[in-house]
Amino acid sequence: MQKPGFFVLAVVFLVSSGASTRASRFTAPMVAPGSVEGIITYTGTPPKMKPIDMAKEPSCAKQHATPVMTESVGVGPGNTLEDVVVYVSAGDMGGAATQPVTYEQKGCQYIPHVAAMEVNQPLEIYTRDQTSHNIHPMAKVNAEWNRSQPPGAPPIKVTYEKPEFIPVKCNVHPWMHGYFAVLSTSHYSVSDDNGKFSLKGLPPGKYTLTAWQEKFGTQTQDVTVSSGGTAKVNFTFKATPY
Amino acid sequence: MTSPHSSHAAPQSFWRKYVFSLDHKVIGRQYLDLSLVAVTTGMILSWLMRLHLAWPTRAIPFLGVLSPEATGGIITPEYYLSLMTMHGTIMVFFVLTTAPFAGFGNFILPIQIGAEDMAFPHFNMMSFWVTFVAFIVLVSAFFVPEGPPLAGWTAYAPLSAVGKDSGPGEGWGQTLWVISIAIFCIGQLIGSLNFIATTLDLRTKGMTLARMPYSTWAWFITSVIGLIAFSVLFPACILLLLDRVAGTSFFIPAGLVISDRLQPHSGGSPLLWQHLFWFFGHPEVYIAILPGFGIVSHILPAVTRKPLLGPRVLIACMIAIGFLSYTVWGHHMFMSGMNPLSATLFSVPTLIITIPAAIATLLWIGTLYGSKLRFNTPALFCLGFISVFVSGGLSGFFLAQPAIDSYLHGTYFVVGHFHFVMGVAAMFAIFAGLYFWFPKMFGRMMNETLGKWHFILTFIGVYCIFMPMHYLGLAGNVRRYSTFTVDYMKGSIPLHRFITVAALFTGAAQLIFFYNLFRSRFRGEIAPANPWQATSLEWTTSSPPPHDNFGGHHPVVYHGPNEYGVAGREGDYIMQTSPEPEPVAAAS
Amino acid sequence: MGKVFAIVVTIITIVATAIFVSHVWWLPPDVSLLGAGIDRQISETMVTSGILFVVAQLTLALFVWRFADNNDQRKIKIFPGGATPMVVGAILIVGAEILALTLVGTKIWASIYVAPADPHSLKIDVQAEQFAYYFRYPGPDGKFGALHPELIDESSGNFFGLDPAHDTAARDDIVAATLAVPVNTPILLELHSKDVNHAFYVPELRIQQDFVPGLVIPLHFTAIRLTKSEIVCTQLCGLGHYNMRAYLEVMSAEDFKKWLNDQSAQ
Repeated sequence: MQKPGFFVLAVVFLVSSGASTRASRFTAPMVAPGSVEGIITYTGTPPKMKPIDMAKEPSCAKQHATPVMTESVGVGPGNTLEDVVVYVSAGDMGGAATQPVTYEQKGCQYIPHVAAMEVNQPLEIYTRDQTSHNIHPMAKVNAEWNRSQPPGAPPIKVTYEKPEFIPVKCNVHPWMHGYFAVLSTSHYSVSDDNGKFSLKGLPPGKYTLTAWQEKFGTQTQDVTVSSGGTAKVNFTFKATPY
Repeated sequence: MTSPHSSHAAPQSFWRKYVFSLDHKVIGRQYLDLSLVAVTTGMILSWLMRLHLAWPTRAIPFLGVLSPEATGGIITPEYYLSLMTMHGTIMVFFVLTTAPFAGFGNFILPIQIGAEDMAFPHFNMMSFWVTFVAFIVLVSAFFVPEGPPLAGWTAYAPLSAVGKDSGPGEGWGQTLWVISIAIFCIGQLIGSLNFIATTLDLRTKGMTLARMPYSTWAWFITSVIGLIAFSVLFPACILLLLDRVAGTSFFIPAGLVISDRLQPHSGGSPLLWQHLFWFFGHPEVYIAILPGFGIVSHILPAVTRKPLLGPRVLIACMIAIGFLSYTVWGHHMFMSGMNPLSATLFSVPTLIITIPAAIATLLWIGTLYGSKLRFNTPALFCLGFISVFVSGGLSGFFLAQPAIDSYLHGTYFVVGHFHFVMGVAAMFAIFAGLYFWFPKMFGRMMNETLGKWHFILTFIGVYCIFMPMHYLGLAGNVRRYSTFTVDYMKGSIPLHRFITVAALFTGAAQLIFFYNLFRSRFRGEIAPANPWQATSLEWTTSSPPPHDNFGGHHPVVYHGPNEYGVAGREGDYIMQTSPEPEPVAAAS
Repeated sequence: MGKVFAIVVTIITIVATAIFVSHVWWLPPDVSLLGAGIDRQISETMVTSGILFVVAQLTLALFVWRFADNNDQRKIKIFPGGATPMVVGAILIVGAEILALTLVGTKIWASIYVAPADPHSLKIDVQAEQFAYYFRYPGPDGKFGALHPELIDESSGNFFGLDPAHDTAARDDIVAATLAVPVNTPILLELHSKDVNHAFYVPELRIQQDFVPGLVIPLHFTAIRLTKSEIVCTQLCGLGHYNMRAYLEVMSAEDFKKWLNDQSAQ
């Protein structure tokens, strides 16, 4: 009875170690991984972000000297766009990401506003507030759940099994909105407050990249990554004020 | 008037004798056992709520193990609301409706009228098992994925109707809640019909309506109320169920956006649910309390050794309350958004209903005057009932007036009020009935010393719990809040802690009762046929009564149940079955 | 045991009454024009039911004390007059109280909930939702934009479902999370709910009203003192019910103007 068990373990070990060292063992001598960089911008007039009035929750309101603005369209200097998810939609999808993604509730805001993760990548949701939040990821493809997290409660640990852009909301503080971008790749990046993104560690080859913005939808571009090289890809979204 | 119905033979097998029994006595005890389980569950839920209100951030040991919803023993806001919903539903339906009406009524009513059984024994068995299934369905809602229901025992639509989008507890939990209540309605409807038929058709020779004991009168009136009330709640539950599972929109209007989703409903009315629910819900209060009226009126003469003051007035009061109970449901809805003009229309009958209630109370207090009060446990619980009923009834004066209700509605004042008047008062009547009829039901006496301790500790305890709730309400403390984060309510937390301590104390006092109950069932002193020297028919047969109640003969009744304090003879009372002539002195 | 019961009832009656009378826990100070009537009605009801409470409980205690002995030699006595004084007494005393309370109470109720609002009232649209309140002022044009539930987008701060792209009346609507009102000015709130039942309760204003999905319910008041009070929900609306609140700020007319300007500047 023990032998087959051992055999299965051994196979699992071999396969998994093979998977994690695949790049170095078979391709390292010839090619180095490349990367893609770029900036996300918009044309037109984006909607004006509005200040959030947190009067309802004094323990959060007092944490912000100036009012927090809504984050559905985050704009940076030079018409750049923040919180845009750029990911590989065709090409090498990378290995399984195991590093937990953290999502925080602090001062009645979600930090980050958009959390990107690969399917089955662990997600840990923390609360740093003195008030009780409820986390309601309104998934359609994955299982939907809705749970409170009182102050001091342990993190909620979950994984999602299918790719989906999941809006997240807190019903207790209706202004709190965010997104879980669950992707079928471990090659993803979320643009920073200057609109910059970068995808590193891409094996050379042809890729299709997709950029997703919660209001403006998706755009795709093809790109070829050479060994050790850095390809430049910029995305431009068309913005409307309403 | 003799029983036309040929009784079923005494069953022999275990299943027919104790489980699927047709015997009203077994069914009555089954109802009481069910409500004992229910009341214990409901009480534990209330402790969890009270602990959380007093110390909201403390983990409760073992709770995390018992319930996956309370991670690490911390009660989340939604779990608090679930505890509250389940506490209310279990207590109202499975304790306050089940014990005093279905439980005692089943056991005692047929014996009190000299019948061998209920009119429809099979329906009787069915009504219990249907109620049992309803209870199982309700409790199973604790263990479904989206969590137990949290819309309160009133289940206001659209929160209860739109499903999962409106939050945790609104998935399978709420659906099971509706199904459970619908099933419960069926059990009650069958039971009520059976009670009515039994009372009207199976009275023994000489048992005229005027000679019926007051408890039988109360059960009879209650079953008429229940027949109308539950036949409205049942379709209401079906409509709510259809809204939840079949996409109808009876209670859901158009244009609702819940959790960012535009709901696919239109044309329903949330107020419709409230009207249907309270058309049942207010009579339900009297379904819970009228058997208490009957039980107390039945026990008082036996313990005061004098006739009840104004027995016909008392019956008239109960009928008046039963009738008026259908005209007052709108007083739950003063703030609901219904036409404010109708508030006065509902307020006046609500205030008027206090007149028969006040008369009944005065009759009980008047009966004590010049009595030879025996201080046994049933007597104490009757006195406690009167005291608590007065306290709870008077706070009703506030809530019956729309102008004052506009301030007190939705506060702890309401919680204190209804717990006194329908919770504690009804519970005291149940205790009085249990201590009084226990010897008849089990052939053994309950321990008097333990009974007295149980009473006095409970009596002090309930005042410490529910009186302060009136103070909280006056200070504007809102009910159904899991934590008091709102600034002006934070000051009430010390008083909430006091209430919590009192609730745990009172709960601990119930251990005395449980000990007494179980010990007496097996070790209690053997009970004689008539331990209280009472007059009604249940005391003419052995304790416990034989399968056909009277051992093959049909009792003949010559008197009303009120022949106490009779002068110039050896005993001071005349049994209803005694053929001796009516004494002039005792008539009142 | 009978005497113990009588003593316990007496103590409970005295302590309970003393706490009511001493106003240790009592209504917060009233800040509204019509609240005084409600306070008076509560006090009067408190006095009459308080008297009935004390009399009933003490009579119960007295009878129990007096007739508690188990002396089986004593003859029983029937209450003088039998049931008749009970019936007459209850009908007269309770009836008189009902009549008095209803006559006065109905007037107060009508003045707040039945009487229409002052035609010059400041109109404010109030939306309740899981689990917050939002308040909408019509802006300089004095007109509210139409509501389109399908356009509600909380992530962009469009809590009401306004359509500023097509609806000019909606463009200057001011949406706030705080209910600011000028003092001594009649205010007309129009309550509507986005999702489930909620309620609007301000103890200091002595008013309470449910929000009913599908209905717009008017509610009017005049605040006569500068104050900051909490608005809380009293109708169970889901998991965040306990934390559903907003603040009412009663300001001077100048402060209110300034506040409104600050809001529309955003």
